[in-house]
Amino acid sequence: MANLRPVPKTREFDLSRDSLRDLNLFLHKHAVDAGVAQIEVRNPAGAHSIACGLDAHFDVQIHGHVGYYVAGMNKHAAVTVHGNAGPGAAENMMSGRVHIRGFASTAAGASAHGGLLVIDGDASLRCGISLKGADIVVGGSVGSFSAFMAQAGRIVICGDAEDALGDSLYEAVIYVRGKVRSLGADARFESMTDTDRAAVKSLLAQSGLAHDPAEFKRVASAKSLYHWHADANQEY
Amino acid sequence: MCGIVGLLVKNPALRDQLGALMVPMLVGMTERGPDSAGLAVYTEPVSDHHHKLSLYSGEHAVDWPELLREIAAAFAHAHEISVQGNHAVLVSSADPDLLVAWLGRHAPMIAVLSVGQSIDLYKDVGAPADIAERYRFKALRGSHLVGHTRMATESAVTPAHAHPFTAGRDFCLVHNGSLSNPHLVRKRLEPLGIEFETDNDTEAACRFFEWRLREGDDLKTAVQRGFSELDGFFTFLMGTDRELLIVRDAFACKPAVVAETDDYVAIASEFRSLAHLPQISDAILFEPKPEEIYSWRI
Repeated sequence: MANLRPVPKTREFDLSRDSLRDLNLFLHKHAVDAGVAQIEVRNPAGAHSIACGLDAHFDVQIHGHVGYYVAGMNKHAAVTVHGNAGPGAAENMMSGRVHIRGFASTAAGASAHGGLLVIDGDASLRCGISLKGADIVVGGSVGSFSAFMAQAGRIVICGDAEDALGDSLYEAVIYVRGKVRSLGADARFESMTDTDRAAVKSLLAQSGLAHDPAEFKRVASAKSLYHWHADANQEY
Repeated sequence: MCGIVGLLVKNPALRDQLGALMVPMLVGMTERGPDSAGLAVYTEPVSDHHHKLSLYSGEHAVDWPELLREIAAAFAHAHEISVQGNHAVLVSSADPDLLVAWLGRHAPMIAVLSVGQSIDLYKDVGAPADIAERYRFKALRGSHLVGHTRMATESAVTPAHAHPFTAGRDFCLVHNGSLSNPHLVRKRLEPLGIEFETDNDTEAACRFFEWRLREGDDLKTAVQRGFSELDGFFTFLMGTDRELLIVRDAFACKPAVVAETDDYVAIASEFRSLAHLPQISDAILFEPKPEEIYSWRI
């Protein structure tokens, strides 16, 4: 029996030849009408803002290293970077999936509302800063001030965390497998429940990582900053 | 915002191509620093008892051969000069401190950009590509270099405020970031007889480190000391005749990427300035960690 599903059309952009503006214009204005769902991007050469602001179910494969803000504000699309990402990868993502196969620079997943950000390598400082509901899975380690003021969502760290992890956390939850150099203000270790282990197992499976959820520790807010204490003399 | 670039070739066969490899790196940082650019390049050292001075005359028309005659009349030493428009490199066996003082008195329109045995220094206002063309950066040869594209935030856009800054001999520094206590550092250094040329925050860092080098610190120790003395945001890239060093502040606010192969170490604020380099796909790529000191020697 013939396969009646339409075959998704592929379009390739080579940024050594095609302009970044043409690529993003195509993704924003023309790809849906043209029936193109698969986009291959070659020679990104560290360019900024590749595949930003997408709002359709595309599969974007970027072959090389990218600069600032790759897949920022992403909605619905799956964006894979076969290389490293500059600052602000998947910043303010709304939904969909962004996968960085190498390392990610500062502020990966900053203020992301939804979707899944997977970083196979390390993430630099401020990963998941002000997270608002997305999930982040880091295969390696994260730099200092990660999850600073994170409001909702989950961050799974398979390696270590540097200083001030989870400083001023709200309702976001961090699962960390390795060593934590220091916790930030109002962050604390909590015991893992079956729900936590199931959440870690699911996020690891979605990210293609094979760690045992039992190896992870939970970090969440002690909530002592939720209310202003005049007597605390600014010491928390 | 500013852009930094650094390149050290480990393979001596690449020394002839140092400038050609670097120009796309510098031009690639134009968006980060469109108002000025500069470069320190470390060449084969001049022979013993000789020094070279990079001189810059800006808008002033200077009769360089006449200047050389006047210098020869004042100093009974061997002198040579090579001129590129408003820029010249003077090689002399005279005491460089006396030469600098003489130039200050007799040719005050000329700025001495650097003094040393290996360093040549160029800096000017304008787009990085124009400055690279003006001083024929593509043809530069040497073992390592330190470059900068500037977007001024802390002080005026003038050639003197452009980076690299130099102090002492064969030492230079470029900076992406801003310091919050440069005046305190300056207040501490000036009573020691250390003179400043500008009100630029980066100059304070440059003179602080060079003072520590003269006091006997090696560069890493000087930088370590700087963590408690210099307050603010910084990615510093520094050069000496033998060494290239990069360090970022504790918050790593300003970006930097390093690419290392068997042939070279290349540093830039962003990967897009490294993407054109040979064998870049095989290079080890990493971002310097905060307050960790990375250095390479020739």
